[in-house]
Amino acid sequence: MPFREAIRLALRVIWTQKMKSGFSVIGVFIGVTFLIAVVSIVEGMNSYMTERFANTLLGVNTFQLRRYPDLRVGDISRETWREWRRRPRISYDDARAVEAGISVEHLWAWESWNRGIVEYDGRVARDINLIGVTEGYFEIKNWEIAEGRPFSPQEARAGLPVTVIGQELADRLFGDLDPIGREVRIRRIPYRVVGVVESQGNLFGISLDKFAVAPALSPLKRYVNPPRIVDALLVKTNNVADLQTAMADAESIMRSRRALRPTQDSNFSVETSEALLDFWGKINGVLMMALPGLVSISLVVGGIVIMNIMLMAVAERTREIGIRKSLGARRRDILRQFLVESATLAVVGAGIGIATGLAMAAVVQATTFLPARVAPWSIVVGVLLGGGVGIAAGLYPASRAARLDPVEAIRHE
Amino acid sequence: MTAGPLIRVEGLTREYQMGAETVHALRGIDLEIDPNEFVAIMGPSGSGKSTLMNMVGCLDSPTAGEYWLNGVEVSDMGDDELARVRNREIGFVFQTFNLLPRASALHNVELPLIYAGVSGKDRKLRAAKALERVGLGDRMHHRPNELSGGQRQRVAIARGLVNAPSILLADEPTGNLDSTTSEEIMGVFQELHVHGQTIVMVTHEANIAEHAHRAVTLLDGLVHSDTMREAA
Repeated sequence: MPFREAIRLALRVIWTQKMKSGFSVIGVFIGVTFLIAVVSIVEGMNSYMTERFANTLLGVNTFQLRRYPDLRVGDISRETWREWRRRPRISYDDARAVEAGISVEHLWAWESWNRGIVEYDGRVARDINLIGVTEGYFEIKNWEIAEGRPFSPQEARAGLPVTVIGQELADRLFGDLDPIGREVRIRRIPYRVVGVVESQGNLFGISLDKFAVAPALSPLKRYVNPPRIVDALLVKTNNVADLQTAMADAESIMRSRRALRPTQDSNFSVETSEALLDFWGKINGVLMMALPGLVSISLVVGGIVIMNIMLMAVAERTREIGIRKSLGARRRDILRQFLVESATLAVVGAGIGIATGLAMAAVVQATTFLPARVAPWSIVVGVLLGGGVGIAAGLYPASRAARLDPVEAIRHE
Repeated sequence: MTAGPLIRVEGLTREYQMGAETVHALRGIDLEIDPNEFVAIMGPSGSGKSTLMNMVGCLDSPTAGEYWLNGVEVSDMGDDELARVRNREIGFVFQTFNLLPRASALHNVELPLIYAGVSGKDRKLRAAKALERVGLGDRMHHRPNELSGGQRQRVAIARGLVNAPSILLADEPTGNLDSTTSEEIMGVFQELHVHGQTIVMVTHEANIAEHAHRAVTLLDGLVHSDTMREAA
């Protein structure tokens, strides 16, 4: 029997026994659904983490000098916490010395941060990120100014009460009004809005546009940090090689300023987006390691189910096999018929699984902040696994069918 | 077709092992059937006629003896070769029709052609022709359970004929039919015979056997009598 014929026959049998076919492919279906959904979400997370998360928070070719890591991933022990809290803070002088000592071309900015209220004409915006920075911040963050301008180096140095705000804050306070030139109160201190930053979207569902940045030396400084202290020095270089040099420079300058002996650990943190991506890579790796296990369990179960269904089918259709043999079907024709049937069954199950997996990924994408990215390879793998499981599961039943004695089979009731 | 007998059986023996006991179904049958004969094989149950039928139909292989079909020895063929012989040389008609219940009449008739490797269009055409030949041109897309017993048997005959086999082998073809329908089916057989088809029919009913031109009676696994009827 030609192959095409065998598939057509298999599809017809599967269709006439929809219920049974449905049950028999549940295992394969679940396995493949799982494969597609998990791979899509992991891949989506992957691109999200690399393209958006890490770079939005830390920036490309950028490092931050801090008292302790800002982006903490995984469990932090109590001891570590305690040690971190005991560390000296980064002072203005530290930041200046490090910046001055970096031997490669770079951009730099200070950053200090707190949350607070911003008001305008009776409207109150709570929980706003109040960030004290220097003028280099805009360029390091790669922010486009939607309206107005960033504050100037002169304003930064003089610590004038000017502020550049995020889109969401602008909308909340001003609605349709033009924010530029208006006076807001940041923690009750009057500030003049000079610019609005283009919307940054959101990250894991949290808006990135609820902030007000102001010169680090402006009156806000009282609220964001103790005197003459910054949260972070941000340094951005032109390329990765320079970044390495700059980080090494920062490290050695800080160590010598703090008179650390070579045996002592650094009591400050120099972090890049790499650390975060490394950690994500680990999670990713674990997921991808666990995935084959989980998928293969359901596929093995699915295979066993299909094998049993096929054994039943062979028993039920013994007479049909006898008839076919009497009409000239060879062993290999019967073998192929049942193999194709079981493979088709499994592939159909896998196909439904793929569709469901894609749908699940789309639903996750639509309803949560989690992005989904369909990996074409996972679809190929899904189909191949389905077919493979079907063939493996069909082998024994099909060979039993093929070996039936025609005389006995045809008399079978 | 080579000259000489279509079927030549010599010393055909078939034994079955039933637990410790050996059953001698055929004890050495010698038989020759020429082209265009219409032979009835008769005998009481247990006489070995079904076993002989399975041998002649290449569904089973003999324990000993020779079977030549169309000048080719088939008694020592392997499974796949036998399947090929069944497909090309033999058309079966069974007592219980043995149609595939979920397939249309047309598809049932197509089956031997599928295994012969005939491609789609040609296959449908030939199957339809075979159905028309047995008077079922208007029932092609009916399923067996939508057909009467006689119609089912006609489908089976069409299926048996579709590959233009050397022998049409019928095993109690009227066993499940009432007498009127039986006569009808025998009419079909007569017609086929007139057109040159060789027919071997197993039956235990004397009035059915009368339609054949030659009656071979078996008893205890041996040929008991072999009589030619005067041409009707």
